[in-house]
Amino acid sequence: MASGLMDVIANALNLITSAFDAPTGAIIFGVPIDGHLMLEALLVMVIVFQLTKKSHKPPKKPLTEKEIDELCDEWVPEPLTSDSTEETMIKPPTLESAAGPHVIVDGKDVVNFASANYLGLVGNKDVIDSCVGSLEKYGVGSCGPRTFYGTMDVHLDCEARIAKFIGMPDCALYSYGFCTIFSVIPAFSKKGDIIVADEGVHWAVQNGLDLSRSTVFYFKHNDMKSLEAILEKITSRIKEPEKVRRYIVVEAIYQNSGQIAPLNEMVRLKEKHKFRIILDESHSFGVLGNSGRGLAEYCGVPNEKIDIITAGMGNALATDGGLCTGSVGVVNHQRLMSSAYLFTASLPPYLASAAIGALEYLEANPSVLTKLRANIAFLLKELSDVSGLATVGHPLSPIIFLKLKKSTGSNKTDMHLLDSITNQVLKEHSVLIVTTKRSSLDKCPLPLGLRLFVSASHSESDLVKAAASLKKVAAVAFS
Amino acid sequence: MVRLPYLTALTTLFSYGILFVFGHLRDFFRKIFDWSKSNNLQGYAPICLGYEDFYTRRLYLRIQDCFGRPISSAPDSWFDVVERYSNDNNKTLHRTEKTTKCLNLGSYNYLGFAAADEYCTPRVIESLKQYSVSTCSTRVDGGTTKLHTELEELVARFVGKPAAVLFGMGYVTNSAIIPALIGKGGLIISDSLNHNSIVNGARGSGATVRVFQHNNAPHLEEVLREQIAHGQPRTHRPWKKIIVIIEGIYSMEGELCKLPEIIAVCKKYKVYTYLDEAHSIGAVGQTGRGVCELLGVDTADIDIMMGTFTKSFGSCGGYIAASKEIIQHLKRTCPAHLYATSMSPPAVQQVISAMKVILGEDGTNRGAKKLAQIRENSNFFRSELQKMGFEVLGDNDSPIMPIMLYNPAKIPAFSRECLHQNVAIVTVAFPATPLLLARARICISAAHSREDLIKALEVISKVGDLVGIKYFPVEPVKPNKVKHLKKIE
Repeated sequence: MASGLMDVIANALNLITSAFDAPTGAIIFGVPIDGHLMLEALLVMVIVFQLTKKSHKPPKKPLTEKEIDELCDEWVPEPLTSDSTEETMIKPPTLESAAGPHVIVDGKDVVNFASANYLGLVGNKDVIDSCVGSLEKYGVGSCGPRTFYGTMDVHLDCEARIAKFIGMPDCALYSYGFCTIFSVIPAFSKKGDIIVADEGVHWAVQNGLDLSRSTVFYFKHNDMKSLEAILEKITSRIKEPEKVRRYIVVEAIYQNSGQIAPLNEMVRLKEKHKFRIILDESHSFGVLGNSGRGLAEYCGVPNEKIDIITAGMGNALATDGGLCTGSVGVVNHQRLMSSAYLFTASLPPYLASAAIGALEYLEANPSVLTKLRANIAFLLKELSDVSGLATVGHPLSPIIFLKLKKSTGSNKTDMHLLDSITNQVLKEHSVLIVTTKRSSLDKCPLPLGLRLFVSASHSESDLVKAAASLKKVAAVAFS
Repeated sequence: MVRLPYLTALTTLFSYGILFVFGHLRDFFRKIFDWSKSNNLQGYAPICLGYEDFYTRRLYLRIQDCFGRPISSAPDSWFDVVERYSNDNNKTLHRTEKTTKCLNLGSYNYLGFAAADEYCTPRVIESLKQYSVSTCSTRVDGGTTKLHTELEELVARFVGKPAAVLFGMGYVTNSAIIPALIGKGGLIISDSLNHNSIVNGARGSGATVRVFQHNNAPHLEEVLREQIAHGQPRTHRPWKKIIVIIEGIYSMEGELCKLPEIIAVCKKYKVYTYLDEAHSIGAVGQTGRGVCELLGVDTADIDIMMGTFTKSFGSCGGYIAASKEIIQHLKRTCPAHLYATSMSPPAVQQVISAMKVILGEDGTNRGAKKLAQIRENSNFFRSELQKMGFEVLGDNDSPIMPIMLYNPAKIPAFSRECLHQNVAIVTVAFPATPLLLARARICISAAHSREDLIKALEVISKVGDLVGIKYFPVEPVKPNKVKHLKKIE
């Protein structure tokens, strides 16, 4: 048996070796093809087959209905809002009379430094009379957007008046000051455009920058060198400057710090690098300049050099609403592309008449501006030696900003300290001043502090009282 | 659903095609003629690039006189429309001193509070003298007056929620509240026909946004299941929270939202709901409390209810009503509360007085009469229009009724011809509506009397015949049967 098996195996081996060694008889290109070449060709074919075969992937299985049900049952959402304790609640004072230089809070007469009533127009008799006439004629609301019978002759008159006052060809009127800037920026700047903005701009501007989807660069607060560096960097990298719109967005008087933007330097930079300026003049319209026309008049810059000016009318003009002026092309573009102009009801007519009344008052009494400047200078002098607090901000800014000389380390404890100071000043001395409030959505990196809004209708005794009470309370708080 | 006849669709597309071709031809010739003129941009990019404003320049400007018509009186049931003329083919329009008295079918004046009212206006003037025009301050600084606190309590009571907060403008309410409620890692599911303010607020919040088919609760369920199961895009982490945003009455369709079905879906999947009642608060419902009352939904089932005071209360501003915790959170974080000027005190007083009239707390039943009047007016007008053969959208009880025009040429024809006959109508086209579905939108008011409505119907019927928009004529009732019945009697 064993020998028979051995014979079979020996025969098989002989056969295989002879097959390998036997010449096939084929001669291709002068090379005799042998059996082992066949084996090598077979091996090469196996290698090629393995390389071309796809790697094994597990098949994709979509979720079954039952699995989706389980996932939906398991999912637990976060609560809609985080818990708030009683301490974190802001309890503002409730006013019981008009927000003029003196106001009644809790039955007591209080000196009011919380209203941006720069020209003292709150309570002005002529403005109130024109509003009464407007209310009787038009009612309160306008009941429609500008395109659908919400345009009243008062609106058109107001626009013409403002345009004439500033010295621009035309003006668009918005129904709320807050939404003006965050509707204007996306109307002019879209995805792919470039915006360079100051890092201290307020939330409405930040929201406008987000909504526009453009590329945004921030420069250091009011630092022209930082701005120049960024502009140089951008200009050197743009490939097709004729197709990319570029804007610089700044505020005239920053409400987060009281600084004033250096417009002359900015105009020089803008003309060099071919950028357009969007200027938010909410706190400088009716305040800066010899006749109150704003930052351009104060700096001596002709109006044509500033492309777009927006302003909220809730400050110096003591009414509500917003405006946006520029060249004819700029204003016409907004009337069709700006969402807060098209998709919302127009400004109530009595507020438009109040705006016209305010402008007439300002044109007839330019001395109110000198009074405002004198008040600001006086108060700044009085507040120069408050313990623990330092005045920052431009000497001409009607928002007097006091920041902590030494921060306690965290925003929360800073706020506590400042709140306690303002509460004491109100309770013990009957002066209303306010702290800066920051929303959790706000990205502004500037420090918190106290704010006083100076009005032309504050008397000297008001200013003295405010400074004295703040000094007393601060001395106790920082001792 | 809109029924679009096949022939009409073809002719509408053809009209737009011709308009586009002519527009492009004119642009082409303009480019050639302006080649020689020096380019005075000097290196700046133009404000409008490429074809961004093609629609504006070549289509909208032709019919610009149909939009933005100025008026010189209160937007009551009859008002004075100022006449305008143009010397350069509608590119610029100039006012004249002449006015025409027209019937107002375009203003949002649902309960008739737009003009001076016997109860509201004296109180508004008094508050104007006491608090002046504006507080010049934000709500958290020195802008909260007794009126504001009173109105917040009144709104909360009216709407049926524990607390409320006011804002100076309805548009800002949506744009600034949604980012305060939800941020990155959250999901917003909004109806496909939501208003621009909601779209802006959703975009500004940073959350992912998905859309579900208009008023389609099964599709909403499908979208929810898919999104919860798959989680956030790319990382597949579970969503932090999900908010569904819907409106009470959609202003371009006049339809009520299918609130009970949608709320049922939302409760099942533990998502939060946000209801925008800009057009429905004060206008629908037995006592004017909005779609919740009309459709029988408990207000506790909706997490956040938003509304505006512009439409039914004849004032300006918006509100949010929700639980006490949510309102406190919003008062701490919402930028519109912290940074924006507070609502003007006379406007606040107007809302307080209007609400008191609606609730009957002024001692009369004018509120109930107004609510019954607007319901009667809307239903009467809608049924008559449908009988005449117009394609009218919207549900019963809704005071908004769009009449379909479709063709771009019929928009100015309808609008101008109606104005000739002293009826002021609002026409809406692209981009507020889809391209093929241009419409004329009628807003009924409680201030319209039966005679006003009958006159309006006559004029609309005549103009409708002239312009050719009676797309679905109803068969007339045969008179013979009626005679037969009378004889037997």
